[in-house]
Amino acid sequence: MTEQNEKQTKRLVVRLATAAIAMFGFGFALVPLYDVFCEITGLNGKNFNQGPAKVSSVDRSRTVKIQFVTVNPASMPWEFKPNERSIRVFPGQDRQTAFYARNPTAHWMVAQAVPSVTPSEAAPYLHKVNCFCFDRQPLEAGADIEMPLLFVVDPKLPEHISTITLSYALYDLTEKQNVTHTIPNKNKGQVTL
Amino acid sequence: MATVDVDLPHVKEEDQHHHGPAKGLGRWLYTTNHKDIGSMYLIFSLCMFMIGGIMALIIRAELFQPGLQLVEPNFFNQMTTMHGLIMVFGAVMPAFVGLANWMIPMQVGAPDMALPRMNNWSFWILPFAFLILLSSLFMPGGAPNFGWTFYAPLSTTYAPESVTFFIFGVHIMGASSIMGAINIIATILNMRAPGMTLLRMPLFVWTWLITAFLLIAVMPVLAGVVTMMLMDIHFGTSFFNAAGGGDPVLFQHVFWFFGHPEVYIMILPAFGIISEIIPTFARKRLFGYASMVYAVASIALLSFVVWAHHMFTVGMPLVGEVFFMFATMLIAVPTGVKVFNWVATMFRGSLTFETPMLFALAFVVLFTIGGFSGLMLAIAPADFQYHDTYFVVAHFHYVLVPGAIFSIMAATYYWLPKWTGHQLNETMGKIHFWLSFVGVNITFFPMHFVGLAGMPRRIPDYALQFADFNSMASVGAFIFGFSQLVFIYNVIQNVRVGEKATAQVWEGAQGLEWTVPSPAPYHTFSTPPKVD
Repeated sequence: MTEQNEKQTKRLVVRLATAAIAMFGFGFALVPLYDVFCEITGLNGKNFNQGPAKVSSVDRSRTVKIQFVTVNPASMPWEFKPNERSIRVFPGQDRQTAFYARNPTAHWMVAQAVPSVTPSEAAPYLHKVNCFCFDRQPLEAGADIEMPLLFVVDPKLPEHISTITLSYALYDLTEKQNVTHTIPNKNKGQVTL
Repeated sequence: MATVDVDLPHVKEEDQHHHGPAKGLGRWLYTTNHKDIGSMYLIFSLCMFMIGGIMALIIRAELFQPGLQLVEPNFFNQMTTMHGLIMVFGAVMPAFVGLANWMIPMQVGAPDMALPRMNNWSFWILPFAFLILLSSLFMPGGAPNFGWTFYAPLSTTYAPESVTFFIFGVHIMGASSIMGAINIIATILNMRAPGMTLLRMPLFVWTWLITAFLLIAVMPVLAGVVTMMLMDIHFGTSFFNAAGGGDPVLFQHVFWFFGHPEVYIMILPAFGIISEIIPTFARKRLFGYASMVYAVASIALLSFVVWAHHMFTVGMPLVGEVFFMFATMLIAVPTGVKVFNWVATMFRGSLTFETPMLFALAFVVLFTIGGFSGLMLAIAPADFQYHDTYFVVAHFHYVLVPGAIFSIMAATYYWLPKWTGHQLNETMGKIHFWLSFVGVNITFFPMHFVGLAGMPRRIPDYALQFADFNSMASVGAFIFGFSQLVFIYNVIQNVRVGEKATAQVWEGAQGLEWTVPSPAPYHTFSTPPKVD
């Protein structure tokens, strides 16, 4: 190889190696990008609004059926169910309901509910004023609790959606209790759990 | 290093004149010669092909009849996982890198690869990566059993302990691939003989150049995703853990962002090989050279925007399904251009059917079948039925076995006389071809039918109505598997004996590699040839 050739090769190798390192970083950048992407497209039904609602008028011309579903992963021993399986609301109307949870084990546990909305198109219109899923839920051995959910459906909900399913998966966080976790919150920045 | 010092006095004179290789084991450990390293890659790949093949035969033996006969379901899952990983990362990819090492410097008129020492290193870390991966078979809890796609949380929360070894294995093989890719790009861009402009390069070189860019773009993403797994498992992060605010679907997105370009990494060099072989045995120039180059480049670019067609059923918005469906179908256009050009090259050519040509022809036909089933899978609404069935297994085995593997065999038979200096034993080559051709089709064609009828993939037991096609596939698998012993015999025999090969070897062969004597001397093109 001539000297000039060697120089060229060296420059090329540095560039290619930089590209490889940059792509390694890009792999990690996909994590926040994915959240942004989900928010824009409504992927995964997670881009619902949280916090105080600014809905003024109630649309009494139609009702929307809200179904509640609860899921326990295999390793989660809690009893967890909605008090009402399904309810009908007017868009714009505040509605409160509750979920029942009981810790049947002999030790103290902490759980976190993770919500998801189907169809995902409806997710931005389901506004949660207050939800037990905003916080971790500790329970003493054998204790039970009613966990409130206050929500309102935005009257701008597209006409063709007549049923919204709100699903909660309940995860055991007892072991991770000492680690601080954050879940990105679309409206209020970060909610520390 | 001590061995080198001791050996030096004996080989000093030879060494000074650069006549030939060093003697003994040291030659292989310390070599920086592209031909030696190419041979090592190819031999390594053949060993992995055999190990992965034995695993495939264990799978097919279990599936010969419904019910559980031979292995535990968990061991069956380990076999499907390890078979996939070993064939993808251990057999197909190193084989292409080996061919690149051997042929690219000779095809562009370079004396060696641009970075010979890195070349040595990128080969020698590979056996350790697979030693780590294979050792997990003997660990408590067994080897990885979550499928070669290692979806989280199956590969994190529910994985066997050995998953950490799998992660480090993937890191090492990824590093090896990236170094190999950097080396290939540097060689192609900086070491070409005077007069060899980019659009005069042989297509094998072109396809490898594009493949190397794909490798640099996506292997780091694979390293990233396994690093995230490692952190989820050991450092309490929650990238893929929904309880901690992560998302398992994110894993699939990141994995397939790597995974889809990866499947093209395994097929683009095959396109290059076929584009070398068909013109030789049709005794015509390749039809549409420039369109071939552009087709490969556009396939490579499109591979970055189609990944979610692997995950139509995860609950994507309609817009996403439609976008990924049409983007995927778009790939059929450049691929169609390539198939058209191969057929047009043969049209009115003076065809002869030596062993490499037979494999190349089988590639064109059978790869196209795999391409068509890929189009069927791309149809989002239909994919909900095909998803995770044997139809998918049939599809990707059609593009990988009679696709990638046949092209590697075609390349081996095509260039073997150049490597060993002995003409091929055509009779034995043809026996190998026909056994493989029949075996492959008996194995994988029935899988289309059981898949459409609803047989899920990755199961050790199945419903009775799938029994006949499955036993048929198992018979085919054993025919195909054992016929590879003929391949090994052919290669070993060709190294040992055979009629002396001429420099040109094949009557219609064109290109720089055919201007050097057979066997190719240890050092070729020390002074660059002139290409006009």
